[in-house]
Amino acid sequence: MNAPVNVPRPVGLLAELTHRCPLGCPYCSNPLEMDARTGELDTATWQRIFSEAAELGIIHIHLSGGEPASRRDLVDIVAHCARVGLYTNLITSGIGLTEERVAELSRAGLDHVQLSIQDSDAESADRIAGYEGAFARKRDVARWVIAAGFPLTVNAVIHRANVSRAGAMVKLAIELGAKRVEIAHTQYYGWAKTNRAALLPSRADAERAIAEVEALREVYKGVIVIDHVIPDYHAHFPKACMGGWARRTLNVTPSGKVLPCHAAETIPGLEFWNVRERGLAEIWYASPAFQAFRGTDWMIEPCRSCPRQESDFGGCRCQAMALTGHARNADPVCHLSPYHHRVEAIVSEDTADAAPDYIYRRLQRTPAPV
Amino acid sequence: MSAAAISEASLPRLPRGVRLKHDDARNEWLLLAPERILKADPIAAEILKRCTGEATLAAIVDDLAASFGADRARIDTDVRTLLAGLADKRMVEL
Repeated sequence: MNAPVNVPRPVGLLAELTHRCPLGCPYCSNPLEMDARTGELDTATWQRIFSEAAELGIIHIHLSGGEPASRRDLVDIVAHCARVGLYTNLITSGIGLTEERVAELSRAGLDHVQLSIQDSDAESADRIAGYEGAFARKRDVARWVIAAGFPLTVNAVIHRANVSRAGAMVKLAIELGAKRVEIAHTQYYGWAKTNRAALLPSRADAERAIAEVEALREVYKGVIVIDHVIPDYHAHFPKACMGGWARRTLNVTPSGKVLPCHAAETIPGLEFWNVRERGLAEIWYASPAFQAFRGTDWMIEPCRSCPRQESDFGGCRCQAMALTGHARNADPVCHLSPYHHRVEAIVSEDTADAAPDYIYRRLQRTPAPV
Repeated sequence: MSAAAISEASLPRLPRGVRLKHDDARNEWLLLAPERILKADPIAAEILKRCTGEATLAAIVDDLAASFGADRARIDTDVRTLLAGLADKRMVEL
């Protein structure tokens, strides 16, 4: 189909190849109700999606999950992306990779590897992941990735259990050979929302961690690039979530549903189309879920008359839904939102007491905890 | 690195994970890196196409001056400015 003139082409696609994952991180961004293996798209369908993605103008493919290495056809999928000219980024926990498989991925044309770490302290890291030996295994994986010649990014999600070691994780990333590190404070969607009281750090701890990491940016200039995602519950203005709804990127779930972002299914009433039934371009330009909050026409006050509407796009629709009950409201993280006090209340309530135990992310956990 | 400090004998190249790509959908050249996309204007694209790790900085400038019949000193400045900026972002190795 022809591209409507007012809708930009997407630049990125997050492919959730599977929801299967050996780890149980309590902040996982996957939905609480996950797709079983039997419902996953097959190799040929993923390859068709990637051909269509290249035609649509998508540049970066983020191969994610769950754990993408849990897919036996990962190398075939990467090879296909390389054939159609897509830039491939493997987002992995490392568990399920072997030295041989890393070398195969290299030969298949994978461009970049992003490896998660849970903490710089081994014991704490394994506890957060719910998987004994994960930390040691990740050190091996980093070594194989570097040996294969890949550029490596280390990703660390920051929360209450590791907030005091944000700087140590930058140093660990350097030690592992990474050229880039993402220090990302937890965003409270999916499993992270369920575990919010266990994860949310106090404002003082969060601010200390931010200052520590910002200081390291100068110290390690030319050694490692630091991408810093600051905690949104403590912010003054909301983040430009996804660079604007249906403006830059899309997600494909393991069963083929196409979402404007990974949490979009938490907004009731949105109609998502599936790649089993329609082409990717048709979905991008015409599906009701993508149209729902595209542009600025859907906005109500305070966004409607806000001079920042084209820079932060009203923040996050899913967060507005979760904390105010209406997806069209301004993201309550914004200090201009009439619901901003709810964010303040969560920060003081959830960080006041000792952290409860994690509810680990598990595929078989149905019905999902609430 | 400052533009003037790049050696004439340096062999500029794109590191693994950084690629120059013509985007047919948008009809423009892009320099791709992990989580980054830079638009390359036509001059930058001509420079980056020659950053193969086989040609020296001096040879790249000679080639561009000959190909486009342009002033060598001016091209030398353009090439150094572009490469120094990209080297700071770790998108070019010198």
